[in-house]
Amino acid sequence: MTLKLPVYLDNHATTPLDPRVLEAMLPYFTQDFGNAASRTHAFGWRAEAAVEDARDGIARLINAESGKEIVFTSGATESDNLAIKGVAEYYGEKGKHVVTTVIEHKAVLDSCKRLEKEGFEVTYVGVGKSGVVDPEDIAKALTDKTILVSVMLANNEVGTIQPIAEIGKRTREKGVIFHVDAVQGIGKTPFDVKAMNVDLASISAHKIYGPKGVGALYVRRSRPRVRLGAQMDGGGHERGNRSGTLNVPGIVGFAKACEILEREGVEEAARIRALRDRLYDKLVKALPRVIVNGDMQQRLPGNLNVSFECVEGEGLMMAIKDVAVSSGSACTSASLEPSYVLRSMGLDEADAHSSIRFGIGRFNTEEEIDYVADLVISKVRKLREMSPLWEMQQQGIDLKSIQWAAH
Amino acid sequence: MAYSDKVIEHYENPRNVGAFDASDPEVGTGLVGAPACGDVMRLQIRVDDEGVIQDARFKTFGCGSAIASSSLATEWLKGKSLEEAGGIHNSMIAEELSLPPVKIHCSVLAEDAIKSAIEDYKQKRAARVALSEPPALARAEERPAG
Repeated sequence: MTLKLPVYLDNHATTPLDPRVLEAMLPYFTQDFGNAASRTHAFGWRAEAAVEDARDGIARLINAESGKEIVFTSGATESDNLAIKGVAEYYGEKGKHVVTTVIEHKAVLDSCKRLEKEGFEVTYVGVGKSGVVDPEDIAKALTDKTILVSVMLANNEVGTIQPIAEIGKRTREKGVIFHVDAVQGIGKTPFDVKAMNVDLASISAHKIYGPKGVGALYVRRSRPRVRLGAQMDGGGHERGNRSGTLNVPGIVGFAKACEILEREGVEEAARIRALRDRLYDKLVKALPRVIVNGDMQQRLPGNLNVSFECVEGEGLMMAIKDVAVSSGSACTSASLEPSYVLRSMGLDEADAHSSIRFGIGRFNTEEEIDYVADLVISKVRKLREMSPLWEMQQQGIDLKSIQWAAH
Repeated sequence: MAYSDKVIEHYENPRNVGAFDASDPEVGTGLVGAPACGDVMRLQIRVDDEGVIQDARFKTFGCGSAIASSSLATEWLKGKSLEEAGGIHNSMIAEELSLPPVKIHCSVLAEDAIKSAIEDYKQKRAARVALSEPPALARAEERPAG
């Protein structure tokens, strides 16, 4: 088999659609195209039946009580917004305090920022170098005014898996609603809304080899029953939680993606982990001063986030342009600030600029990993030869002792 | 981000990568930027007795545009007098490499590196002159004003 370029190693950003998912979706564009809300004819009934099956399938993957607890949305950003603002709207009378972490996705952080503007108080719990939040720190942040805790299942940059069960135990004891942004972890690490006492969970189809533009919010219906203030008004779809005509083909594809993960997820995670470890082993054997960002054990199987000291991330990405990865370097964003996740983990800013995120997924091969490892090794060597920092470090100069002129 | 062909060309074939001995009296060194900001350039010039830049070297930690800006700068510096070199403006580098607005700071850094290397050379030369030349009075007419 010949290697096809470019190699896609950015599976945290999005994943390719699994052909089996596409196949499941196709009839719902042209044949069974009905509106799932049409109650008066067979077109509507067929669409509705497909959607209800999909609900049940998705509920099964996260061990929800029933499909009725699944609210379909346009994606996880909407799910996060609906969960956080919806809880704030419905329970704001009870208290105006929310607890989250500094490493959440922007959809959570910016929803919290919005609440702050509306008079809520938000506590942003920090994480250490490990990139894993301490459940005790969450527990300590809870007050009698806290109505919501929002913590992600796995971080999108460093892949660190958060102690959801331990946090869920504490929020349940306190009677605080617990929202989990489960986008990155679902199907890759155990996630069980019952066992972990999760009340709300955001998930997305396109991160699990499903289509873009469809997501879901799990909303617990018993012990406790969670209520939300709807953020999208209209025809009262999704039990009044989210109006708008359902994206039937998208939902069918989403459910198919979940079904594949339910069946193959464990085996797949082992295979992907082996590829990740192969990449990591090759890199650290060949190159000195490669730093792993975040805990290596509590981590998604497909994630490798490393800093190649003295090599700037965007510069390296340009050198490996046949490989799709991403970097925490400032240069990759319009803001010119390096990754807030890496900085909040206490990473040296220079090392944050040197970080590369490899995201390995279902369709990556050993051959691709070997190609990427060899390419990265040769380019890091070349760029270090060009790096004044590397030369100084090799001469034993402490880079921190130099008075750098900030610009 | 899409890079211009010239940035890619310089990035893939960087000119004059390397180092001169910074203690050499003929060499001026400029080290600008900061690791925390994601770019550091070290630019060096070797200047002859006529004040003409004979050779230049660079090493850069940074993105493709930063590497291309410094590579281009070393190319332009060779054969220029110190005065001419001091006249290289960041906008000339940005224009030559078609840098987008978000990358203009790379050209600014290259200009700073050139100025800093020239300054370093001049300081070293002034120190050398002060040590080896006859008393100041006798040669006062040759000194530049200020």
